[in-house]
Amino acid sequence: MSLIEITEVKKRFGDNEVLKGINIDVAPGEVIAIIGKSGSGKSTLLRCINGLETIDEGSISVAGAQLLPDELHLKALRLKVGMIFQGFNLFPHLTAGRNVMLSQMVVKKTPKAEAEGMAKKMLERVGLAHKFDAYPDQLSGGQQQRVAIARALAMQPIALLCDEITSALDPELVNEVLSVVKELASEGMTLLMVTHEMRFARDVCSRVVFMHQGRVHEIGPPEKVFANPATPELKQFLGVIH
Amino acid sequence: MTDFTTWDILRNLLLAARWTVLLSLVSFIGGSLVGVALLFARIGKSGGGRAFVKAYVEIFQGTPLLMQLFLTFFGLGLFGIDVPAWLAAGLALILWSAAFLTEIWRGCVESVAKGQWEASSSLGMGYLQQMRWVILPQALRVAVPPTVGFSVQVVKGTALTSIIGFVELSKAGTMVTNATFEPFTVYGFVALIYFCLCWPLSKSSQILERKLNVAHRNH
Ligand SMILES: Nc1ncnc2c1ncn2[C@@H]1O[C@H](COP(=O)(O)OP(=O)(O)OP(=O)(O)O)[C@@H](O)[C@H]1O
Ligand SMILES: [Mg+2]
Repeated sequence: MSLIEITEVKKRFGDNEVLKGINIDVAPGEVIAIIGKSGSGKSTLLRCINGLETIDEGSISVAGAQLLPDELHLKALRLKVGMIFQGFNLFPHLTAGRNVMLSQMVVKKTPKAEAEGMAKKMLERVGLAHKFDAYPDQLSGGQQQRVAIARALAMQPIALLCDEITSALDPELVNEVLSVVKELASEGMTLLMVTHEMRFARDVCSRVVFMHQGRVHEIGPPEKVFANPATPELKQFLGVIH
Repeated sequence: MTDFTTWDILRNLLLAARWTVLLSLVSFIGGSLVGVALLFARIGKSGGGRAFVKAYVEIFQGTPLLMQLFLTFFGLGLFGIDVPAWLAAGLALILWSAAFLTEIWRGCVESVAKGQWEASSSLGMGYLQQMRWVILPQALRVAVPPTVGFSVQVVKGTALTSIIGFVELSKAGTMVTNATFEPFTVYGFVALIYFCLCWPLSKSSQILERKLNVAHRNH
């Protein structure tokens, strides 16, 4: 059984068709890297899966439940699927600990003490237990992104969507975030990540999706996609990256 | 003609200044309450509500406060409602303040980064939860200096109500001048009192702005 089923998904912005019929099935525990040129629709696809954009055609289902654009269904979906953004998007007026506690208390109505315990546990998991009381602007980019991961994990999602989560980081901070992601992958978390880190995609991911002009142009295990690109577009893309 | 001492002049002006202060407070507080309601309509989901508030703000920002005072004072009279000057003054100033405050606050809410909406959405929060816990706390911090700054405009705006006959500081200035024939002294004092009311407000707005810029966090 697939955990996430994306079927014939189309998305238009005005008359610009950004997704032109996407089909991807993600099995539980799979780690999928989405690569492709700027503007190929990678972010849009992730945003559709999380309901931040509504789709025009096709269907998306997560753990058997259809994605429908009403508040109740969206909320149910978002409890199952967490999202990490390129720009961290921590709440700047709250400490790291409060950032992780807020949605538990507000959305799940978790009692404060319990939410606090969970926040401590999750911050520890990303190696930031000692930063519980720090405000986001007192943290480095890498630390902020790890808090964002802890915040998503605290909702106990069954899958995480990561949109270029290391692209805004200084090079020396990339690894501390990637190693957290790697850890999650090894614990069996289902991950869909848009990334430019080809090494990481090769080492950690079970499948790589190459998107081109709103379509899944190639899909397969990293060995195959990276070593034997079948299409000239992917060859060119990998050539540019290397 | 009796002789007025400087103290007599000042005393009469200070007594009238109480009404300036009271009218300012009523206008500002009333305007804030109406402004909050308008703000929610302005940034809410209903298209009709948004259009209404947009038009409301444009009308009040696009016409002189003096005309608004006249229209409230004489306009309500047309409906057979006999409005005392204080009521017309209060009502017009409340509606006028609300328009400006709504617009100031809308800017503050929209200054909160789009990513804050997306992150809180992705965590499963609904619209009101996002507003309450994520957006408004951040917008509020940005809103404090311009809001305090606007209160200065309210104080100065009350001066116009003298024209429809409300006896506040400016009106008292005119009346005392008519009795004393010392316009320069009288209006000098009037200006001084306005300054004493307004200066602390604009100064604190500046200080708040600097403070909140340095540490825009909640400690
Ligand atoms: N809100 C929007 N309104 C209009 N057009 C949009 C919107 N969001 C994305 N697009 C368009 O959709 C196309 C795909 O954008 P998307 O952000 O998904 O690309 P991407 O593959 O993530 O690119 P990048 O690598 O630069 O992040 C682009 O042409 C973009 O201009
Ligand atoms: Mg993108």
